[in-house]
Amino acid sequence: MNEERWLLPAGIEEVLPPQAQVIESLRRDLLDLYATWGYELVIPPFIDYLDSLLTGTGQDLDLQTFKLTDQLSGRLLGVRADMTPQVARMDAHHLRRDTPTRLCYLGTVLHTLPDGFAGTRSPLQLGAEIYGHSGIESDTEILRLVLLTLRTAGIAESYLDLGHVGIYRGLARQAGLDAAQEHALFDALQRKAIPEIESLIGGFGISGAPADMLAALAELNGGDALSRADAILAAADRPVREALDYLRRLAEELNRWLPEVSIHYDLAELRGYRYKTGVVFAAFVPGWGLEIARGGRYDDIGRVFGRARPAVGFSTDLKGLLRHGRGLEERHRLEAPIHAPWSADPALREAVEGLRMSGRRVIHALPGLEQDPCQLGCRQRLVSRDGRWDLEAVDTSDNFLGNLTDG
Amino acid sequence: MNLNAPLTIALSKGRIFEQTLPLLAHAGIAPLDDPETSRKLILETSNPLVKFVIIRASDVPTYVQYGAADLGVAGKDVLMEHGGEGLYEPLDLGIARCRLMVAGLPETPEPISRRLRIATKYVHAAERYFAAKGQQVEIIKLYGSMELAPLVGLADLIVDLVESGNTLKANGLVPLEHIADISSRLVVNKASWKMKHEAVTALLERLREAVSQQAGG
Repeated sequence: MNEERWLLPAGIEEVLPPQAQVIESLRRDLLDLYATWGYELVIPPFIDYLDSLLTGTGQDLDLQTFKLTDQLSGRLLGVRADMTPQVARMDAHHLRRDTPTRLCYLGTVLHTLPDGFAGTRSPLQLGAEIYGHSGIESDTEILRLVLLTLRTAGIAESYLDLGHVGIYRGLARQAGLDAAQEHALFDALQRKAIPEIESLIGGFGISGAPADMLAALAELNGGDALSRADAILAAADRPVREALDYLRRLAEELNRWLPEVSIHYDLAELRGYRYKTGVVFAAFVPGWGLEIARGGRYDDIGRVFGRARPAVGFSTDLKGLLRHGRGLEERHRLEAPIHAPWSADPALREAVEGLRMSGRRVIHALPGLEQDPCQLGCRQRLVSRDGRWDLEAVDTSDNFLGNLTDG
Repeated sequence: MNLNAPLTIALSKGRIFEQTLPLLAHAGIAPLDDPETSRKLILETSNPLVKFVIIRASDVPTYVQYGAADLGVAGKDVLMEHGGEGLYEPLDLGIARCRLMVAGLPETPEPISRRLRIATKYVHAAERYFAAKGQQVEIIKLYGSMELAPLVGLADLIVDLVESGNTLKANGLVPLEHIADISSRLVVNKASWKMKHEAVTALLERLREAVSQQAGG
């Protein structure tokens, strides 16, 4: 038992240097980036009443949320598994602005079950939302921000996938599916399990155009899905055709802003189907089966907090970005520190403060231990010459040899 | 078939491998080594862009889910246990057909305890099946030779794959209830489906042709 005290729970990780510094630098870069776009930072609480965490959007999160009892109120508390509902509450209940509100957030969330490969249970969730505007312009802004976030994290090659929940929702209504049928078919659609989809639709006793259109959804993906959808979903009701038209206009707008990005569609894959109300999107990177960033439109999210406002946003995991980003460690590596002796000499203090003010790192020797500046990672040291403190290079090769012979 | 991206296909030795080969041959893909005689775990194929990885059947969904392989062939039994999360399963290859069944002794003796004890390798599928029947059972997870369990009093019934029924018969058991028809599915990694879309859908199309030809002929 004693020997296992160092062990961490599954899916919980500690971050050591230098990775912690890289995460922190990336965090600052991204929050600074969002600030320049006018997104205001909010800090939702780590723990909250379960009711508020699971309202509306949060239903899907019930199983993922760690729960405990509040000794003060007797109510159930949850550790946030997703910050989106908390941010929605801020907009709907506290800010109550009539103008569009742009908010961003970053913090640890906790999941009861690991997701993904060697799955973490404590992602560092990062996201941005626009409240109060409904339309392709706010969708476009959020999608631009997604791609800029990935690029800032050193992910040049990513794949953007767009969909719209109105298409499946409309087709299910047109076919007269009940809630259980809609759910069963949805589940098979997420897995593109075409044999299952066909047998489900057969079992529902629907036929003709509505059945054919539902069956065709699993094939409507790729770069040309929208143009194929025109013919395949020609007999669909108006809401479905409006959703297709919305996606087309969004793609045109995106193309104006991001001509270099190729846009793909998947009309069957609908993350967060239960609470999304419009466009849904996800970004993928090669060799990773899960999305690296995701989001969409959820116009009703604030209703339970007293005010339904249009909303669109995205979120991602900072640690996930780090795993797939290239060149981050080089970019965010700190300069080697400078070694200074332990001395209260005012001239030394002034020299050290001057260096620190200019952003350099200075390490004081702690007497009593024989210290080699090299082992502390120092490349330079402060030495006294004629009452002045000068920087001098630490001879790394000599010290390296010295260590070898000493050892 | 011309591909524009390298593809790794996860296959398991034995029946699935043998019955998948004719389908892949239709797409112009044939292995350069025989996995039964070769000890290699990665096999080159006649298409320089395609390679096979040879793994245990129950590991196929894991390899494909996490992108260690772009595609794979997995029995529906394995997918039911795995849950199918994070995978696409777009095509029923119609091979390695069998049935997932409840089996037991012909004369059911008094249950060992009030709750029926079920020995199986297919824990999730068995749990779901009996729960749907409204029956609370105890599941005993075994890794093989399930037929033995009712004979030695370890379990009342077993849930297992039945192909010909000969193994059951040889051990004095009979099939009792049909749970699901099993066949092998093509599974695809989500990111590969998206990022290697042309190559994956081209291969999918050829396999679909091959499957319908086999079914027709």
